[in-house]
Amino acid sequence: MSIMENFDLYAPRLVDKEEYFSAGHRACQGCGEALAIRLMCKALGKDTVIINATGCMEVVSAMYPTTAWKLPWIHVAFPNAASVGSGVEAGLKVLRRKGRIADRDIKTVSIGGDGGTVDIGLQALSGAMERGHDLLYVCFDNEAYMNTGIQRSGATPFGASTTTEPAGLDSSGKKAWKKNVPEIIVAHNVPYVATACHSYPLDFMNKVKKARKIKGPSYIHCLSVCPTGWRLSPELSIKAGRLAVETGVFPLYEVVDGKYKITVEMPEKLRPVEDYIKIQGRFRHLSADEIKIIQEKVVQEYNKLLDKVNNLHSWPDLKG
Amino acid sequence: MTKRTGMEIAFAAAEAAALCRIDVIAAYPITPNTHIPEHLSDIVADGRLDAEFICVESEHSALSACCGASATGARVFTATSSQGLLFMGEVMPIVSAMRLPVVMALGNRALSGPINIWNDHSDIMSQRDMGWISIFASNGQEVVDMVIQSFKIAEHRDVMLPLNINLDGFQLTHVVEPMLFPDQEEVDRFLPEYKPYATLHPDHAVSMGTLGLPEIFTEVMKAKDEALINSKRVILEVWKEWEEQFGRKYEPIDAYRAEGAKVLLLTMGSMDETAEAAIDELHKNKISVGLLKLKLWRPFPVEELRRAVKDAKVLAVMDRAVSFGGASGPVGAEVRSALYDEPDRPLILNEIIGLGGRDMTVGDFVQIAEKAVRAEREKPREGYEIYGVRGS
Repeated sequence: MSIMENFDLYAPRLVDKEEYFSAGHRACQGCGEALAIRLMCKALGKDTVIINATGCMEVVSAMYPTTAWKLPWIHVAFPNAASVGSGVEAGLKVLRRKGRIADRDIKTVSIGGDGGTVDIGLQALSGAMERGHDLLYVCFDNEAYMNTGIQRSGATPFGASTTTEPAGLDSSGKKAWKKNVPEIIVAHNVPYVATACHSYPLDFMNKVKKARKIKGPSYIHCLSVCPTGWRLSPELSIKAGRLAVETGVFPLYEVVDGKYKITVEMPEKLRPVEDYIKIQGRFRHLSADEIKIIQEKVVQEYNKLLDKVNNLHSWPDLKG
Repeated sequence: MTKRTGMEIAFAAAEAAALCRIDVIAAYPITPNTHIPEHLSDIVADGRLDAEFICVESEHSALSACCGASATGARVFTATSSQGLLFMGEVMPIVSAMRLPVVMALGNRALSGPINIWNDHSDIMSQRDMGWISIFASNGQEVVDMVIQSFKIAEHRDVMLPLNINLDGFQLTHVVEPMLFPDQEEVDRFLPEYKPYATLHPDHAVSMGTLGLPEIFTEVMKAKDEALINSKRVILEVWKEWEEQFGRKYEPIDAYRAEGAKVLLLTMGSMDETAEAAIDELHKNKISVGLLKLKLWRPFPVEELRRAVKDAKVLAVMDRAVSFGGASGPVGAEVRSALYDEPDRPLILNEIIGLGGRDMTVGDFVQIAEKAVRAEREKPREGYEIYGVRGS
């Protein structure tokens, strides 16, 4: 067992006791996203500014005159968490340089749901990553526009029934595959990109801590189980997240300077996707043949990832 | 005071913004404002200004970044035109609701359909109700002065609102004029360091941009309206201070040969000086027509307008935008609304002119003035006319 793995065993005791995302917010029972945000804040600590895209988390956490946030927090609109974050980062940088605020390292962290990140916010995200701001962007991906009522997004998985691409007599839900945004961000030469899930809290928090230390852009894509939108019982949130990983549907990995690594222990043989699918109402209409199509695609995508893990080198190693 | 320097007005706007020691600039290229951010980036690249220049990937991100930077307590500047302003549109009312004093130079350009890069006022008129202070410059000197005045107005604790300075695309942005530039010490004396009310900082965590339910939303709108109306007091104060320090006078409505005139024209932006030349020509021919140059568009100077037209029989309002299917052009409608309750209001003509860069000559303004003079006798129905349409 490596030192790093050993460290993980003791990490729970080292977790910050302070709650920066406090209780009393209005998230649904079993909300994976609210849990993930609470964990993220603990990993980030006090010297953080949060920029929140419009979405569930903004609505449930900051209903005037209340707020769940004990960190400085701003919400402007839906597509621009990354560009507002760019401005916050630039503002803090120049004010620090000019001595108008304390000479202290404050991390700018933009957060958004999958709609605000992979669809309407993708351009702003790409711009911010390309410009190289000292900015961590965390996407809390619950695989549809849950705040507006479970509409299909680019992150909705194949076959899922949503309110805008529903299953029906002549339809089996979403016809396209999930958009792979972590790969798009890797293509921006971002030094730290990771996937995560609240069902693996220490893995997620360690990734947030690593990203926080990067002097430049970083990106974490956190699968966030939504019992309301996924049509599953709230007490199954954590289990669903673990099944997403164990079936290979949503593998947890990180890409450090182009070097891929799986970060949690994976079963010797992936669990069948059916284990993940059958507990969710959004997939209840799928036939055995359709589940087979999903199974094949999941294995293919997982193998593509393993291929990168096994064959791609760290960018510094590729210097000419 | 230094001597007059000849410079392109867009460059002059950038120089003026740099004199204000702005901290963050976020802008995206679009004709005809582009020389403003281009020249600012030169100033930053040469080390003459210590600022962060964010080369954003869209205007939406430009105003979003300005919003974020302003929320940290930085002094922020941007510039755009036309479609760029429309793309900023989503963020426009949020900046004012968050009471962030972002200053924008707007090189006015026609909105597309068909695409057209030349001047009119359809861009700003589409964003009229976004809660921004909106002022119009007639010439380069006014652009320089207004940019410097703007930060003092916008950042004032009794105002805390974003502000746009309108300078006509090409007619102003691309014209070289001799202008007076205050030196740095003079600007520093006039414009104090920005002291924000609340900022994004972990030492005093606040939540900005929270959700407003129906129980509070009306009150927030009322507060925003009052803030904008009340900003006029500060605008007048700042303009008075400017006059005392620099000797150049600014008023919400600048009257030209209007004393006792029965017929008045009302113009904005680069139309002002062409119309002045027309007024001079008319006076040579013993036709007494006066001119009202509207500098302050929002908050609209209702009282000043009522005073300015109290002796007039005819007021011809120029609009550089169409309110399609409306009762008047945007300025015409505003003026009519402001004067409707006046017992002796003048007859109001509304001429929609100079769309998409259509040239407006001295002769055109003479023609419109003569029509206004005839209207005193003929008493035509009040409506609006799109002036100079070919083939009609």
